[in-house]
Amino acid sequence: VSITWYLTISALIFCVGAGGVMVRRSPLVVLLCLELMLNAGNLALIAFARMHGNAEGHIFALTVLVVAACEVAIGLGVVVAMQRRRLAIDVDELRTLQG
Amino acid sequence: MAEILFFIAGTGAVAGAVGVIVLRNPFYSVLSLVGHLLCLAALFLLLRAEFVAVAQVVVYAGAVMVLYVFVVAYVGGDGAELPAPTGAPYVEGFGSPAQIGQLFLGEFTLAFELAAFLLLVGAVGAVTLSRRRGGLEGSDVAPAARLDVRRPLGTGTMAEAVEGRLPPGEPTDAHERVQSAGGGPEETRTA
Repeated sequence: VSITWYLTISALIFCVGAGGVMVRRSPLVVLLCLELMLNAGNLALIAFARMHGNAEGHIFALTVLVVAACEVAIGLGVVVAMQRRRLAIDVDELRTLQG
Repeated sequence: MAEILFFIAGTGAVAGAVGVIVLRNPFYSVLSLVGHLLCLAALFLLLRAEFVAVAQVVVYAGAVMVLYVFVVAYVGGDGAELPAPTGAPYVEGFGSPAQIGQLFLGEFTLAFELAAFLLLVGAVGAVTLSRRRGGLEGSDVAPAARLDVRRPLGTGTMAEAVEGRLPPGEPTDAHERVQSAGGGPEETRTA
């Protein structure tokens, strides 16, 4: 299978994720869509690594994996803190920052 | 064979991604993302990235998605010239854990250490954000008062044990529960 097809799949997934970030309002689903976008980037990195026969792309992909795991931990912590303070679970309602 | 696998996994990955944003229930969104991740791991395997595929399944579909499911249940609702596009010739050991380890601990040591530090920061941040502060929120009862247990008559303070020696200015009705000014334990007094 040509590498171009992998890149096409990657672009499709990235577009779906970006559209989800813009469309959906629940911060949980927004976080899921961020995961989609990071995974699309991962797929492109792995595809390029295969194309060049160079495993350094794998290192990049694993680093992105670590970043995504930390982002999920922090993001879900923020969602739990919002729920505990009885804030609206809606990214359109959260417009102000307080100390 | 590779084409069929690519078609199945690619279709599954895109369908899973669409399912994440189309499904209304966040729980189904998470399950759809799990399917998407598994299909993506199959694509990684087709690209000879075995270690990344295993890490993807273990880290994402295992740990991260369990975290997601718990939170959803808690919150609820809602330059150079490019080579040929068919890829470089496969050499033995490409993408294997040994090669990844050599790269990580050799050329990319800084990235490795930064990733470790980032994971530590993420863990500490998650604990800090979800910690409870200052007792039960939304409750104006002082913590000491909730721990109070009604005591039998005559087993309170020394002043009570010595008969009739109550502090001035306090009510002396029998069985009346008086909370002292300093927020100390309540006492049951006799007249």
